[in-house]
Amino acid sequence: MSIDKFTTFESSAVPLPIENVDTDQIIPARFLKAVERKGFGDNLFRDWRYTEGNTPNTEFVMNKSEYSGSILVGGKNFGSGSSREHAAWAIYDAGFKVVVSSFFADIFKGNALNNGLLPIQVSAEYLEEIFSTIETNKKASFTVNIEKQLFINNTTGNSINFDINPYKKTCLINGYDDIDYLVEMKDEIEAFENK
Amino acid sequence: MSAKTLFDKVWDAHTVKEVEGGPNVLYIDRHFIHEVTSPVAFLGLKTRGLKVARPDQTSATHDHNVPTTNQHLSIVDELSKHQVETLEANCKEHNIVHHNLGSEGHGVVHIIGPEQGLTQPGMTIVCGDSHTSTHGAFGAVAFGIGTSEVEMVLASQCIMQPKPKKMRITVNGEIKSGVTAKDIALYIIAKLTTSGGTGHFIEYAGTAFTNLSMEGRMTVCNLSIESGARGGLIAPDDVTFEYVKGRQFAPKGAEWDKALAHWKTLKTDEGAVFDTEYTFDAADIEPMITYGTNPGMGIKISESIPTSDGLVGNDKISFQNSLKYMGFKEGEKIAGKPVDYVFLGSCTNGRIEDFREFTNYVKGKKKADNIVAWLVPRSVAVEKQIREEGLVKILETAGFELRQPGCSACLAMNPDKVPAGKYSVSTTNRNFEGRQGPKARTLLASPLVAAACAITGVVSLP
Repeated sequence: MSIDKFTTFESSAVPLPIENVDTDQIIPARFLKAVERKGFGDNLFRDWRYTEGNTPNTEFVMNKSEYSGSILVGGKNFGSGSSREHAAWAIYDAGFKVVVSSFFADIFKGNALNNGLLPIQVSAEYLEEIFSTIETNKKASFTVNIEKQLFINNTTGNSINFDINPYKKTCLINGYDDIDYLVEMKDEIEAFENK
Repeated sequence: MSAKTLFDKVWDAHTVKEVEGGPNVLYIDRHFIHEVTSPVAFLGLKTRGLKVARPDQTSATHDHNVPTTNQHLSIVDELSKHQVETLEANCKEHNIVHHNLGSEGHGVVHIIGPEQGLTQPGMTIVCGDSHTSTHGAFGAVAFGIGTSEVEMVLASQCIMQPKPKKMRITVNGEIKSGVTAKDIALYIIAKLTTSGGTGHFIEYAGTAFTNLSMEGRMTVCNLSIESGARGGLIAPDDVTFEYVKGRQFAPKGAEWDKALAHWKTLKTDEGAVFDTEYTFDAADIEPMITYGTNPGMGIKISESIPTSDGLVGNDKISFQNSLKYMGFKEGEKIAGKPVDYVFLGSCTNGRIEDFREFTNYVKGKKKADNIVAWLVPRSVAVEKQIREEGLVKILETAGFELRQPGCSACLAMNPDKVPAGKYSVSTTNRNFEGRQGPKARTLLASPLVAAACAITGVVSLP
């Protein structure tokens, strides 16, 4: 089993300029009852995306047809709170391949990487520039180059180098996951146990 | 050898391998699983044709979905029921001990370990739940993980993790009367914010922590994640050893002596360096409560809600949206604000000491008519103790009733949901929008503050 291979791509982006977007907002606990990894995308940002009457909230960015793309841009401290991997699944299932923020919570970041969803941390200033670029042109395009670890704002031409550890980068590009790696370490782990 | 922190000692002793340019392969001593974050991991094992590597180091219970009344009856919510049954079936297939509803060992997942003596100093402990940091109270390195990581541990008993940075939070001095472990934790989170601990593992040091019981230490460590930290731990001492001794899975006889000798070495060496240090004065801490929609938005009950003066851009908008959600205004007093629900329970504050404190406060008083109160012990063992100590009668006389164990209204996956717009003073860990039910408004506080609010019907100092 593996994750989808991550390749360099260009896309418009969906802006969510809200800070401390916690995993309860990304997917509320009442939608965590499935026993299979299916359909979580439908409930992504459920309580922001739908009104109490269960109709789409036309004010919410994901319900505005002028916004689209596989890059989600969030405010700082994205993904805080619960360890639910369902949050990363929901974002990925809804069609996003990258989340950009100026700061990510640890567990969310790990969960995202384990599912081929790339968290890209940028400076607060650069994040502001992204938001303002999208505000001016909702179809503005951005490029994510995983090999060069580059995020490019194609409107301003400004790019930023992002961090990713070399092991995880190899995993993403080749679609490997950690479980394959650990299962192959069986003998080493047993030797460790017997020490 | 250079001076090491307690965290380094435990982490390094469990590092099987350092992957070049990558994370560490960390060996896990204990793995706890529950119904919500494990089914997809078991499916993954099945797809790969793998068995659970160390079923004997794995324990399971269902807690998130379970009702807190009539647990002897079948679960009404079909999805919840299916998730609970799936865990049971997976445990059976893989020979994992599973603590069913109503059984002696049932309770919120983070409490099984301490109660049964499975949680011991110097261990590495994980669970697919962010409040796994609870076990840090024993000087264990314990942290919450995602479902892919649950699958890693099931498959190999190891996990791939980058080593976090180290933070020490020192609080010295005597704490004031009416101040509990929860207040100390909320005070720290308010100072650090919900992202201040990110990337770090915290060691709590100083008399404010060493003077706490194990239960109080568990509350503090439980809330480490709310400052963004991976986990938090406290060096084990005689209080720790006394708590572990004699429990079902604690070492016995010569094994105990050997373990104890090792546990006594588990402390930060003089001169060990932390990446980040904070020091606070215990005397400055008062009973706390949150007024916003993240656990970092906490104040002393004696204070007023802060204003957005000085905040700019998204910081200001986020702050204002938070107050709007809560129905509060900048600069208002928090004391005296109306309360509709009081919830005592959760992995944070569903301990016997919490019930004793709550009961002691409400003894001889009457619950305010406007308050709906849910009192949920965190385990069957705690429920039993509450009954044995005669607390139920006192609670009932004061107008309260005791429910059955589970996570309950902490995250409202079961039927215990706070209605939209209602205010809940809750002894839990998160006040996020909709955490206790869609559009519900949560104010986090200690059991003592919750008791005071339940009696007066408004936000009150105990």
